[in-house]
Amino acid sequence: MSRQRVYNGNELVSLAAMDAGCRFYAGYPITPSSEIMEVMSKEMPKVGGAFIQMEDEIASIGAAIGAAWTGVKSMTASSGPGISLKAEHIGFACITETPLVIVNIMRGGPSTGFPTATSQSDLMQARWGTHGDHPVIALVPGTATEMYYETIRAFNLAELYRTPVIILGDEMLGHLNTMLDLPDPSTLELVERKLAEPKPGEKYRPFAMDQGDVPPMGAFFRGYRFHLTGLNSNEYGYPTIDPDMIQAQQERMMNKIANHADEMEKNDTFNLDDADILTVAVGSTGSAAKQASKDMKADGSGRLGVFRPLTLWPFPEKELDALIGSGKFKGLFVPEANLGQLVIEVERINRGRLPIQTLQKVNGFPVTPGDIVERIKEVF
Amino acid sequence: MSFHYEARFAAIGGQGIITAGAFLATAATLEGKYATQSPTYTSQVRGGPTKVDVIISDEEILFPKGNKLDLFLAMAQKPYDRYYSELKPNSLVIVEENLVQNVHDDGHKIIRVPIIELAEKEIGLAVTISVIATGLVVALTEIVTPDTMQRAILSRVPKGTEALNMKAFQLGLDVGAKLK
Repeated sequence: MSRQRVYNGNELVSLAAMDAGCRFYAGYPITPSSEIMEVMSKEMPKVGGAFIQMEDEIASIGAAIGAAWTGVKSMTASSGPGISLKAEHIGFACITETPLVIVNIMRGGPSTGFPTATSQSDLMQARWGTHGDHPVIALVPGTATEMYYETIRAFNLAELYRTPVIILGDEMLGHLNTMLDLPDPSTLELVERKLAEPKPGEKYRPFAMDQGDVPPMGAFFRGYRFHLTGLNSNEYGYPTIDPDMIQAQQERMMNKIANHADEMEKNDTFNLDDADILTVAVGSTGSAAKQASKDMKADGSGRLGVFRPLTLWPFPEKELDALIGSGKFKGLFVPEANLGQLVIEVERINRGRLPIQTLQKVNGFPVTPGDIVERIKEVF
Repeated sequence: MSFHYEARFAAIGGQGIITAGAFLATAATLEGKYATQSPTYTSQVRGGPTKVDVIISDEEILFPKGNKLDLFLAMAQKPYDRYYSELKPNSLVIVEENLVQNVHDDGHKIIRVPIIELAEKEIGLAVTISVIATGLVVALTEIVTPDTMQRAILSRVPKGTEALNMKAFQLGLDVGAKLK
């Protein structure tokens, strides 16, 4: 059956989640992410899953974490203020190593900010929004099609690395309507979590140190009694003050992402071959940069290459480092819909090698191709 | 040169212009083109300045907001003032004659139509203005055919309102044809 029709970006996130096997959604509505919840409320029961509107955002992610431990793929979504509320439990999901997808359809901030406006001001919140050293995977789709496929990838990464994965959409993409033909879900490559199979008489160890970077999960109701807590734990999940155990567990939790960063890396490049300026941009600003590059190439006014990470965290250090070191570019350009977050990472990788120019827009409207062309002409 | 068309409809929240943008994008899609519809609105359900950008192309659309507008349509002064930007030197400007009176005289072709008055007198229902506007746009730009626009509208309006909407669409077509 053809699945070609007009979809909005938020709807694509929900449909992708269910196509990826998500069978639990808990949320609390908030603009501009509400359509995700709306679609889930109608469609999730049809695939035999559960949908719950909880009393608030904190309870929503709590429910989603609990559901994930019963063995289902689970998701919650929100925007700005709702993500700030979820921050506490994002840390809980990290330390309990819970596979979970958290969608943030970014809007203007801080606080309630500009609810119906677009923004990219939560890039650093996605990295450091919850306290303590913690692993983070965050994906930034830049088109309607990517809202679908990056959601599928988010579930796969969550399952593979037993960790929460954040999707950073934005208002413009969430509310964008366009015609798409979605794949038959049976053709998708999906990852399922590794489940523990302790031998009779053995106890299940949710944080086993001898089974690779990612210990297998033991879902509730499979015959194991075990413990999960937000406190630093031993292999069995019980709180510990053993300094060696805490150090080892913390390092394993971080390394399971750091050691596999190459496998998570995904970048889109555009017009790099003949470019003399390297634009680094993510999400819808990355798409605007591609259009700007196309326009400048067409009228001969500039040679703009675009490097657009789809995996923002972990940041694609190696590839950007190689591009900067290639000697091809006379400068770096970092446009973003915030007051300078992505540029901090670019500066870190650049290590002063190339001059960096920026475009930082936080007035509620997206960075447009026109903004980029104008700024390039002004600063280069 | 490949085909690429950008339209922006600006209005007051509640006038139905975001839906009119959806009609246009849907119609273009029915003709086998790529199309995007990207709305901008405020926190108020009704009353704030809204706009919708529609991009139609025979290539994949990289960015869904207006960058070089071929068409700018405004239903009221405030949204006209706020969203009158990204025009090309030869953009077509259509305004609601009674509500947009302060119009930039900057060389664009300007067409003034009393859309709300038409809706009230000829259709008897002001809520049909966005459908009349789509008729005007089709007649004046020929960006999609009347037939595909009709199919696009019928695919999205509530059951029972088809005849009324078709009457409003035809009115827009007729008025537009005379102004061309």
